[in-house]
Amino acid sequence: MNRRTLLAALVGIVIAPLAGAQASTSDEIAKYRAALQDGNPAELWEARGEDLWKQKRGPRAASLERCDLGSGPGVVKGAYAELPRYFADADRVMDLETRLVWCMVQLQGYTEAEAKKNPFGSGSDKRSDLEALTAYIAVESRGVKMNVPLAHSKELEAYRIGEKLFYYRGGTHDFACATCHGEDGKRIRLQELPNLMTAEGAQKAYTTWPAYRVSQGELRTFEWRLHDCFRQQRFPELVFGSDAAIALTMYLARNANGGVFDAPAIKR
Amino acid sequence: MRLCLRVLTLAALIGAGCATISSDKETGEKAASVLKSSFKPAGQAGLDRLDQDDTQRACSAALGKAVPKELAAQIEQANVATIRYPSDGQLLGDWRNGEKIAQEGRGKQFSDDPKGPVGANCYACHQLSKTELSFGTIGPSLYQYGKLRGASGEVQRYTYGKIYNSEAFAACSNMPRFGYKGILTEQQIKDVTALLLDPASPVNQ
Repeated sequence: MNRRTLLAALVGIVIAPLAGAQASTSDEIAKYRAALQDGNPAELWEARGEDLWKQKRGPRAASLERCDLGSGPGVVKGAYAELPRYFADADRVMDLETRLVWCMVQLQGYTEAEAKKNPFGSGSDKRSDLEALTAYIAVESRGVKMNVPLAHSKELEAYRIGEKLFYYRGGTHDFACATCHGEDGKRIRLQELPNLMTAEGAQKAYTTWPAYRVSQGELRTFEWRLHDCFRQQRFPELVFGSDAAIALTMYLARNANGGVFDAPAIKR
Repeated sequence: MRLCLRVLTLAALIGAGCATISSDKETGEKAASVLKSSFKPAGQAGLDRLDQDDTQRACSAALGKAVPKELAAQIEQANVATIRYPSDGQLLGDWRNGEKIAQEGRGKQFSDDPKGPVGANCYACHQLSKTELSFGTIGPSLYQYGKLRGASGEVQRYTYGKIYNSEAFAACSNMPRFGYKGILTEQQIKDVTALLLDPASPVNQ
């Protein structure tokens, strides 16, 4: 099914019930998602990501199969469910995307700038290797319980900074993450908002990223989610792989501990 | 104050070695410096948008909980003082324009055209009319706002003031301060006030 067809189907489902009961809209979207479970286009990104992981690439013609995502070199299964975490070799807390950049530099010989030049793809001419790799690593944690560690002092520090950032009001509109994600059962227009201050809300949200966004025809990562939230908050642009991105991811991923990872998902 | 707890056990030496426990204030300072290094200017959004005023700082520090009563009163008082009412004394504009402003979600994002429209996006968070079914629920329903309150001078002044600076009436409100922060023009605030209060507006049907 191509992107237009998918979008048309989703828009139809969203708009049709408007004339009737509004509450049924989210039920219809849930049904739509269920119907697509076996055919999530995210699979295309997962397959390309697996190829990118295994191919010999970069100036050193090396694969990423020796990349240590936290559970040991080359261990992919369950890795996403334990990220972000502290890595002694980099002396830094890293999320998956940042760790992938690290491995592309260390193993394949890319410069850091080359490795992270295209974090968010657009269309077939500007596909993002990082999105594909993230999709592949993420799907290898499907069904695994979130278990993000706070054992190292830098992990705890990132978590505490992430908490501050979650409540940080700024910009022209005084918005913080908490403005939209701090109460149960709220919506923007018809879009339901997870309450990220509760374990249940954080689990439901965090375990469904990365996701295939029907409206964009792209697989989007959690870094993208944060980047676009800050855009709507009227903040300047969040830098990919920045300390704020990692700290917020740490805060939300840790709060999702115990939830069963179920991504890449499919979203409107 | 930085507490560095050195525990000379083998386990600690293998692990983090020296656990650093920062105070809450230190964490706040670190978060502020992390913010500065983690964003870049884009479009119309410069890094100055990360600088907090006193109200933003106080509300952020509450970490989602209600601020103490006294502080809330201080915040409200400071924000009341910022409200500028129109010099012509006329608070009600055109509700038809007000409806357009209430629907418009663009404005002030780094992806928005700086010369393009700036809306209030009221429907993102509030129900306003019976005809618009796509409304959010972060704020209370404003359906029949004027019908329930009338449109006396006092109600007009409160409504205009609330849109101008919501923090003047509810400390740490989720609602933007549309006038004080220069999001909407005086005329736009008059138009949205009319949308809420004009008996002919769809809000009051």
